[in-house]
Amino acid sequence: MSNNNKKWFSLNLGRKEKTSSGSCSCGKTSGGCGSSSDSHHMTDEAFNEAAIHASIGEERTKDGFEQVFDVKMDRRSAFKKLTASLLIGAGAVSTSCSVISGDESKEKAQIDWEEQFKGNYKLMTDKEKEGTVDRLVRSYQLRTGKNISMSSKNAEEDVLFGYAFNISKCQGYMDCVNACVEENNQDRNSQMQYIRIHEMKDGKGFNFNEADDNYYHEVPAEGHFYMGTQCFHCDNPPCVEVCPVQATWREDDGLVVVDYDWCVGCRYCMAACPYDGRRFNWSKPEVPEAEINHNQHYLGNRMRKKGVMEKCTFCVQRSRAGKNPACVEACPTGARIFGNLLDPDSTIRWVLENKKVFRLKEDLGTEPKFWYFMD
Amino acid sequence: MKRLKVFGSLVKDSLDTITHGSKKYHLWMALLTFVMLAGMYCYSIQLEHGLSVTGMTDRVSWGLYISNFTFLVGVAAAAVMLVMPTYVLKDIDFKQAVLIGEGLAVAALIMCLAFVIADMGGPSVLWHMIPGIGVFNFPNSMLTWDVLVLNGYLFLNITIPFYILFRHYQGKEAKRSVYIPGAILSVFWAVAIHLVTAFLYQGLQARPFWNNALLGPRFLASAFAAGPALIILVLAIIRSFTEFKIQDKTIKKIAMVVTVAAQINLIMLISELFKEFYAPTHHSESAYYLFFGLDGKDALLPWIWTAIPLNVLATVLLTFHKLRNNFKVLFFCCFILFVAIWIEKGFGLIVPGFIPGPYGKIAEYMPTGIEIGVTLGIWALGAFVFTILAKTAIGIELGKLRYKK
Repeated sequence: MSNNNKKWFSLNLGRKEKTSSGSCSCGKTSGGCGSSSDSHHMTDEAFNEAAIHASIGEERTKDGFEQVFDVKMDRRSAFKKLTASLLIGAGAVSTSCSVISGDESKEKAQIDWEEQFKGNYKLMTDKEKEGTVDRLVRSYQLRTGKNISMSSKNAEEDVLFGYAFNISKCQGYMDCVNACVEENNQDRNSQMQYIRIHEMKDGKGFNFNEADDNYYHEVPAEGHFYMGTQCFHCDNPPCVEVCPVQATWREDDGLVVVDYDWCVGCRYCMAACPYDGRRFNWSKPEVPEAEINHNQHYLGNRMRKKGVMEKCTFCVQRSRAGKNPACVEACPTGARIFGNLLDPDSTIRWVLENKKVFRLKEDLGTEPKFWYFMD
Repeated sequence: MKRLKVFGSLVKDSLDTITHGSKKYHLWMALLTFVMLAGMYCYSIQLEHGLSVTGMTDRVSWGLYISNFTFLVGVAAAAVMLVMPTYVLKDIDFKQAVLIGEGLAVAALIMCLAFVIADMGGPSVLWHMIPGIGVFNFPNSMLTWDVLVLNGYLFLNITIPFYILFRHYQGKEAKRSVYIPGAILSVFWAVAIHLVTAFLYQGLQARPFWNNALLGPRFLASAFAAGPALIILVLAIIRSFTEFKIQDKTIKKIAMVVTVAAQINLIMLISELFKEFYAPTHHSESAYYLFFGLDGKDALLPWIWTAIPLNVLATVLLTFHKLRNNFKVLFFCCFILFVAIWIEKGFGLIVPGFIPGPYGKIAEYMPTGIEIGVTLGIWALGAFVFTILAKTAIGIELGKLRYKK
């Protein structure tokens, strides 16, 4: 797809209305584009419906990443996946060269081809970033008929995000965990959670060994206190060092992010993380269509695929838009504080300057940007 | 042009050799093919459903695959113990054994690469790792070092024997000036592959069980015990099934190598145990889990308590000249030593690194049937590759395969 072909999408302007896709939607790249289709007099919505039925049919009912990229395959054809790249490529070539197949499927094949062989997001120019975001949005639209908004907003200048956690306030309600799962489109089947709340016994200090991070009883439980952990967005992150393909890196505003499309799934970063901050998609992540958060960021909550790493991004889709991460907003006790460390008037700075703060495993030299304190 | 013609003839002759053989040979190859196919079927299931079909989880994120990978790097590195005396120190005893050793190294490296690929979440984007096309995080990531040294070692171990066999195939002597530099390089390289693989784990401050200066040296010691032990067993099999002459002297010399390495390995084991249990700290919990279990979770106990006695028994038996020189005892010792080190350097090393987790969570790991199927398939692949290589090499060395002008 060409980068300037914006017939269907404008970048993150918060536009929610259907884009006009009545005219021929294939980019300049496909050769056999017929003229505009006869759907000119249809409404956009009707056109979308018809197009989807014609092109994908039953795939509409699928969830998660299935909707975006994966084609249904039975076990017999699973060997093909061994050479998935080649197959997708060959398929794309044959489709885009074919005169019979429709423009929609040609465009889909074109997108798949370009997505399979695109580069590392970290090294992309802003224009290339927009290009891949446009392709992903278009692909989602082609497959589900739903519009999503995806941002490729870069780090802003003079911003360094930090987080503070008030141990005295946390009551273990886990509202942050639920908000995080919903905000970040995490796999519902494996119940993936970025945040872990450790229930600790009073009088035992910070004894993680005896803590329970998987409790199912009424909180706050008598004689216990609570402490949350998640990715600490280290300033010297060991996970970034070990990645063999630079699929994970520290952004200029301090966020440690993953390019889900570049990750090869070796899980070396997971072994290197001293804070249990990373999660792996052991199977295909699934999110019911109705629960998908459509406000996405390329480095944040967009749909993942199986076999890649993911992690807390301090809700990059929110934090870079000037909002608090979902966990901060959801916390009913105000135990969570988020802000710009470089802004001397921010709450986080006030906490760091006026409270006795500490960080976990400081001896490892990872320099987490996540502080704990007590009232 | 002439070389190309000779090469074509060599390929044709070796194809002829590997497709002909005794009934036992065909049975062996059929068995390996069957196991490989079963492994591929298991792998296809893994590709379809993702790594969730394995026993690995977010808590224990490396398992059987990486365990086998780690162990096999050691086996590959062990070829050096034969290469050095033969090519560099001009010790003629090893001459027959060294080609077998290098063939074993090639097979082990192919298995290593297969295990790494089996462990990948996205094998279809593996090209991201190819320098030039993808992004290669060199020199920061030890995994990229490992990719380089493993492939380099594979290249060395293919080219050196190939050159020698190619010359012998034409009835000529191999020129020392050509292969000696390569052989010397491969000696250092062998140490590098195992040290780098150890650094892969040793460099992680997040996992105290691995973050230990003895890990690298201990890898080398155990590798130089397990690898040559396997070579002795393979030579014994080759000796009884082919006309290839391997003198008792050769096997006895390799046995000496195994013995010394096993002794050093045992000393290092004692040193490690002392450090973990004399003044146990928070960081000794993984070792406690491995040897005694934690909180009633003790999945690794049967493994490690099989490995340690076997290891000690083999080392003690090998230490006595009289016992070591009795081939029946020697082969038995080599076998139990191989098994013991496979457990210790595989399961006993990788899994406890993750238990307890960063916040003390104890989640156990148990490989699934599919995982075991893929693993067996890859081992069969290694045996298959080795059989082909060894059969051709033996044919040439015996003079059965010769270029007809």
